[in-house]
Amino acid sequence: MSVWRMARLIAAKDLRIERRSHIVTNQVLPFAGITIVVFAFALDKQNVLQTVAPGLVWLATMFSLLVLVQRLFAVETDDGALDAMRVAGIDARAIYLGKAMALAAQLLLLELLLVGAAAFFYDQSIPSDRTFSGVVLLVTTMLCATCGLAAVGTLYGGLAAGFKGSETLLPLLTLPAVAPVLIGATKAFESAVGTAGAVVSEGWQWVGLLAVFAVAFGVGGTLAFGALIDD
Amino acid sequence: MGVGASGAGRIVPPMSATTSGADGSPVVSLRDVVAVIGQFPALAGASLTVDPGEIVLLRGPNGAGKTTLLRLCAGLIAVERGEASVVGFDLATQRDLVRPHVGLLGHQNGLYLDLTVEENVRFWAATVQASDDETDAAMAKMGVDGRLTEVPARKLSAGQKRRTSLACLVARRARIWLLDEPHAGLDATGRDELDDTLSRAAASGATILVASHELERAGGLATRAVDVIAGQVYER
Repeated sequence: MSVWRMARLIAAKDLRIERRSHIVTNQVLPFAGITIVVFAFALDKQNVLQTVAPGLVWLATMFSLLVLVQRLFAVETDDGALDAMRVAGIDARAIYLGKAMALAAQLLLLELLLVGAAAFFYDQSIPSDRTFSGVVLLVTTMLCATCGLAAVGTLYGGLAAGFKGSETLLPLLTLPAVAPVLIGATKAFESAVGTAGAVVSEGWQWVGLLAVFAVAFGVGGTLAFGALIDD
Repeated sequence: MGVGASGAGRIVPPMSATTSGADGSPVVSLRDVVAVIGQFPALAGASLTVDPGEIVLLRGPNGAGKTTLLRLCAGLIAVERGEASVVGFDLATQRDLVRPHVGLLGHQNGLYLDLTVEENVRFWAATVQASDDETDAAMAKMGVDGRLTEVPARKLSAGQKRRTSLACLVARRARIWLLDEPHAGLDATGRDELDDTLSRAAASGATILVASHELERAGGLATRAVDVIAGQVYER
């Protein structure tokens, strides 16, 4: 079976598990929503919130990413399924790509919720003079950032899954690695919504950074994942 | 067919991976194998030969190397020294090729607990593009068909989980079953069911290596028993 076909099979399996368990809808999405609300309480000044809203959205995404990645690999380690996949000789590249695709789908759902929450709680909106270009920039940013986050999260999630104390190891590994995504996505988001007079054209260079990051970690992760989860 | 620690047993010539086992040649052949876990030599010159259709019981105290031997045969642990082949593939250089032919049932079952029995078996069947008929037959063979198919794995008894896991091995066409304490956690009925399952599997051509402390039960099942002591294999 080809790597892509196997990856799709694994992604479909992961998404089916999440649909069954309702962990994402009942726990992760509410967690992300609560994070946004708590930020609003902590920075209880409208002008401050509007200025920092793009960063808060992506910060909440990072925190939620950690929960999603823990869950992504918990389903594999709860009853030794990751070992079973290794024994079955399933190509590690397919495992990596499949799990990254499933994670990306969940992240996109999460980001849509967070952007909606930011619009509601932080009064964020795309100015009318740049509706189309702003939306295009915002959507492209979300897609590129999602790919980068999914690539990093799956890579380090697989690595941490093999260690005792993976719950604490994962944030330690992942948060520094995704810092470029946090910076790039925040800047691009600011350009899309016009925070502090930012213009749309400034955002595309950050999208470029996000794309390079996603490709680099995607390719690196695909190649390295087998060695990371093997003995 | 077993070989003692001296390594004085049969030397297995290089086999064709496609014909290994099918023509009566050994499916597992280890000769003076050394495997290291961390700094510790968990296998220290182990030699063993297993023919197709055999059920071999691995006996020995905790820490003797039984689990390591099974994991080595599954291609999960590297061969440090010696010669080792499984279904004709060299474990030193072709571990990835060995794995699809082997099923390892350890202390865990390798199931997705939120998926139903049928979804678990169908997932593993899909990895080898097995047909629906093959998958149904695997579930029927292991007695997890009928009303059990829609039950989430999380809600199964220990024995049902074991049988579901074995159905997954059948569905993905594993030729060698490596079972590490398969009776652990099962009640008397579950143990009887498992023994019956293993006997039928061996009768239909599967080769089985069982590591167990339950000598009376597993011994009755096995066609041959070997002792694993201090990382070496002794034929009794």
